[in-house]
Amino acid sequence: MTVTSPVGTDFPWLFVVGGLPLLGAVVVAALPRGRDVLAKRTALVVALLTLMATIAMGAAFDPGRGGGQQMTFQFGRSYAWITNFGIRFAVGVDGIALVLIALATILVPVVILASWHAAEEGRRSTKTFFALVLVLETMMIGVFAATDVFLFYVFFEAMLIPMYFLIGSYGGPRRSYAAVKFLLYSLLGGLLMLASVIGLYVVSGQQLPGGGTFDFATLATLHISPGVEKWLFLGFFIAFAIKAPLFPFHTWLPDAGAEAPTGGAVLLVGVLDKVGTFGFIRYCIPLFPNASRYFAPVVLTLAVIGIFYGAFLAMGQRDLKRFVSYTSVAHFGFIGMGVFALTSQGQAGSVLYMVNHGLSTGALFFVVGFLIDRRRTRLAAEYGGVGSVAPMMAGVFLVVALATLSLPGLSTFVSEFLVLVGTFTRYRALAIVATVGIILAALYILLVYQRTMTGPVTAGNERLRDLNAREAWVVAPLVALMFVLGVYPKPVLDVITPAVNATLAQVKAHDPQPTSGVPAAAAPASVPTVAPAAVTAGTVTAGTVDGSSK
Amino acid sequence: MKPALAYAAADGTFAATWLLLAFPAVGAAILLLGGRRANRWGPVLACLAAGAAFVLGLVLFAAMLGRAGDDRAISQHLFSWIPVNGFQVDAGLLLDPLSMCFVLLVTGVGTLIHIYALGYMAHDPNRRRFFGYLNLFVVAMLLLVLGNNFLALYVGWEGVGLASYLLIGFWSARPSAATAAKKAFIVNRVGDVGLSIAIMLMFATLGTTSYAGVLGGIGALGANSGTVTAIALLLLLGACGKSAQFPLQSWLLDAMEGPTPVSALIHAATMVTAGVYLIARSAPIFNLTSDGRLLVTIVGAVTLAIGAIIGCAYDDIKKVLASSTMSQIGYMFLAVGLGPAAYAIGILHLLTHGFFKATMFLGAGSVMHGMNDTVDMRRYGGLRTVMPITFWTFAMGYLAIIGFPGWAGFFSKDKIIEAAFDKGGTSGWVLGTVALIGAGVTAFYMTRLMIMTFFGERRWDPDAHPHESPAVMTGPMIVLALGSVISGFALTFGGGLQQFLEPVVGRSAEEGIHTISPTVLTLITLLVVAGGAAAAYRQYGTQAVPRTAPQAVSPVTVAARRNLYGDAVNESLLMRPGQYLTRALVFVDGRGVDGVVNGLAAGIGGSSGRLRHAQTGFVRSYALSMFGGAALVLAVLLLGRLG
Amino acid sequence: MTPAYYLFLSAILFTIGVLGFLLRRNAIVVFMCVELMLNSVNLSLVTFARMNGTLDGQIMAFFVMVVAAAEVVVGLAIIVSIFRTRRSASVDDANLLKY
Repeated sequence: MTVTSPVGTDFPWLFVVGGLPLLGAVVVAALPRGRDVLAKRTALVVALLTLMATIAMGAAFDPGRGGGQQMTFQFGRSYAWITNFGIRFAVGVDGIALVLIALATILVPVVILASWHAAEEGRRSTKTFFALVLVLETMMIGVFAATDVFLFYVFFEAMLIPMYFLIGSYGGPRRSYAAVKFLLYSLLGGLLMLASVIGLYVVSGQQLPGGGTFDFATLATLHISPGVEKWLFLGFFIAFAIKAPLFPFHTWLPDAGAEAPTGGAVLLVGVLDKVGTFGFIRYCIPLFPNASRYFAPVVLTLAVIGIFYGAFLAMGQRDLKRFVSYTSVAHFGFIGMGVFALTSQGQAGSVLYMVNHGLSTGALFFVVGFLIDRRRTRLAAEYGGVGSVAPMMAGVFLVVALATLSLPGLSTFVSEFLVLVGTFTRYRALAIVATVGIILAALYILLVYQRTMTGPVTAGNERLRDLNAREAWVVAPLVALMFVLGVYPKPVLDVITPAVNATLAQVKAHDPQPTSGVPAAAAPASVPTVAPAAVTAGTVTAGTVDGSSK
Repeated sequence: MKPALAYAAADGTFAATWLLLAFPAVGAAILLLGGRRANRWGPVLACLAAGAAFVLGLVLFAAMLGRAGDDRAISQHLFSWIPVNGFQVDAGLLLDPLSMCFVLLVTGVGTLIHIYALGYMAHDPNRRRFFGYLNLFVVAMLLLVLGNNFLALYVGWEGVGLASYLLIGFWSARPSAATAAKKAFIVNRVGDVGLSIAIMLMFATLGTTSYAGVLGGIGALGANSGTVTAIALLLLLGACGKSAQFPLQSWLLDAMEGPTPVSALIHAATMVTAGVYLIARSAPIFNLTSDGRLLVTIVGAVTLAIGAIIGCAYDDIKKVLASSTMSQIGYMFLAVGLGPAAYAIGILHLLTHGFFKATMFLGAGSVMHGMNDTVDMRRYGGLRTVMPITFWTFAMGYLAIIGFPGWAGFFSKDKIIEAAFDKGGTSGWVLGTVALIGAGVTAFYMTRLMIMTFFGERRWDPDAHPHESPAVMTGPMIVLALGSVISGFALTFGGGLQQFLEPVVGRSAEEGIHTISPTVLTLITLLVVAGGAAAAYRQYGTQAVPRTAPQAVSPVTVAARRNLYGDAVNESLLMRPGQYLTRALVFVDGRGVDGVVNGLAAGIGGSSGRLRHAQTGFVRSYALSMFGGAALVLAVLLLGRLG
Repeated sequence: MTPAYYLFLSAILFTIGVLGFLLRRNAIVVFMCVELMLNSVNLSLVTFARMNGTLDGQIMAFFVMVVAAAEVVVGLAIIVSIFRTRRSASVDDANLLKY
């Protein structure tokens, strides 16, 4: 079939990248009590080393391998783990996983720097906070790198533990409610996924002569009966939809996002949630191609609802952190839409969107967090006219706000437009409706900008400090990346596109051809190029995916 | 697919095309990131950056004139921007006669307004930021007109929207400015949705977004096909948003909250005319759809009328000029909607309008500068003698806009009216009549403005001490006033502009086929204009102007003062329902979606609370339940055995 | 003599034990009722062993006896200590371990 097994010829970069933070976490945790500054510095250095290792790994990565037809994993390593059930400790990355690992390793040092004083009021010690962040980094890298479905599941669940403690120990006033809600939601999804994982094992045991396996590459070659495939798909899908979160599985996010410490919220929304959308593209679609096509209209509808729902709710929020969380619900709608449009533009756009959303929403959380650090309140109404007293803060807020509304020139635009155009070529009506959502994006973010940053200075803000050097260094790399990736996203797209092509080849989905691009004789006027208003959702779904391979 | 349009490669002088963007971009970056150090020299640097772009524009213009007429479109490939399989978008520039006109307009008028702002903003503590934004605007606007594909245009399109947002809300401590800025951005976004869907439709049908591919390949879709009309209408929606055309016109009047140089540059001379550029640039698309063109003309005519009516009612000098801008852009839309016959005329009016409207806005700014930033014309009067330069330059703009023979507007606006009548048929007569009456109304409100501001008795506030503005402000005004006088004649001399634009927008209509003879029509127009001016003189010149606006006025005036209820419609149709929907959804999310989840949790908690009461603590009751359970199991086993 | 009689006896003893366990309050008596049930089971085990001619049941009975002995040791100790602290051997008084 079209999937090759991990090969072990490269330098084991993944163990370096994934192992460094864990090692660092142990070191930080073992430091004597009271050496908080040392713990912070150690954590920062470890995170930066990990970032450098990731950059080196990215340099060694060869995006062209596999030729866009085979799902190819590089830097692969596979060791026997639980032999009775054919479970292996197998890792490897393709272009999609690589950019997400890069996102995680970029955000962690920034989070550590931003959280310099965040742990001081927590219920646990400062060093524990930083150790937890580093453990979380390992888990995040692991979940993207796993090529054994069971190992993926293990990382998927293990990721919850450090996050639970970060929210529950260092969070806001309602932290226990938020932490438990987050945990229960995720566990529910995880259990459904576990059921499907076991189901996959059973199916593979029935089909393969050597007994069951959890190896992704092998599982992707199975021929599952349609009914079973749908159920297994749903198990994975619901787990990922909760994690992403897709409407209507989103209600844990505003609570968790609002109560988590700022750094935790950034990692939660910036990276952890991406595991959901990553799961769609890595697991749901290649493992269950037929079910993916079957459920695509449903998922797309949910995604579009999410875009509007998240936008309207963001407008109705008075709490700044809840506001940011709801904007993410809207953005995850876009990501989900791009993935399930099953076009290369849509999926490449979605993967890029994951990265960009991590940067922009991360930065937005940081700026909001800086504000909250100063005034100790999350209510937007308490802020007003901040731009007059803290111009730098207002400037950064504005740039980040513009990234949130996907202004061309910033990275988010590239991804959002790719998603929309990718969806448009196959589902016109949906894409048109989703495009209207960009008006709402402008509305909710500019509304908040106006309320907090402009107008007369409200009482209590007269002496608000502008960004200090540390805070400026936190947002500077993110803002710089937004600009760079907005103007020149090609290097990242070049890594993503072959992986996306391989995924789509696995589903046998082809990009729709331009309806008039072919010679005029071969494309009679009956090709549906009617006015978009006339294309209803019903007729669009009828001609969904070109199922025939060329 | 092979493009039917071929562009020459950018070599020689044209290799420097990208520098047009780079100069102001560097200026903006230095000013916005430079911090306080740049406060002192920053504004001058911004002027130099804009000036450098203008000089480069002139050099390129000269180089372009040196090439053959059909070899003047030069495309410069910069780098591959968004490459994903079939979707290949390059960052590239296209310099052709059409974009050349805009480059010179944007950088030329832009530089003058930069210089003017040196004086106008001299005392503003944040003027470094202001000049940074101005440079940012120039970059975005140049990108808009220079991009060689629709997506690059879209980047510039939203970029100018951003610059406009930043500059309208420049005095952000004023809530009204912040609200106006937001409104402008949002309304523009509505138009942007149309533009972006149009781009998607281009990609879905033609597989490309480059001008060469789309404009060259659109013919394959066939004239008046659904797709072509759809693309045209979506582009029109985008154009309406940017150019403040009906039904997206409401933001422009509020945009006057921004500093006056901004109103002159962005909301009169350049940005708001981007819609006209878009339609002229997409001429091959609009040429294929008669319905699309008709709608463009209708939008133009309706806005022309709305703007003219509103302009008669306002007392705020900037808002009168803003509604006049709407109205004049309506003329341009009307022209470009007429098709190949009048694209060049539309662009001509765009250029002359750029001169005379900028002149008048700068004049208004000069007046405000001298009058403690009062904008109410009822507090002006008799400024002719205290501000002679302002008065004379403003008068040049005034004569140009009403179309006084020899002045710029005479050459452009009369041509539009003529072309509208020449369209023929009922629609031609209707459009022509609207345009003709519009000219009369224009004369009325502009004469009213002139009289209320510069003539009559002095109705100043007690603390007003009007004085002429410094040379740094009057200089640009004089240059622009000169443009208002001669640009019309200069651009039409020997068919200059029309021939220059012909490779891009096609040949204009042949002379000689007219519904009404041009001479007669010119005379009629002049009569209507004179009538409008005379009516204004009778009402405002012969009787005293009250310091407060009279309340006992006709319903038409009331409606016009309220912007013909445009804002009221927006509020009741969009804002209110939106707010209710938001509140309702917040309720649904909290009580409904989250309520289900929390309800489930509460249900489990409640039932377990009830169940635990079975644990009485009495050993005997536990034993009884064990006994009962054992008996039950036994019974089931036995029954199973027996059954 | 049929082995069934032993089984009847065992059933009667077991029932007496159950009823005593459920109805009596004194911890010592309750405890003895438990022993009675154990022994009735022992009796039936031995009877079945006899009927089947194998030793399994008898071995099982020994196990039960051992467990019972251990249980007596622990159980009596608990009862004595409860009696010492509360001055009562009624099982209904020791109901703290509840919801």
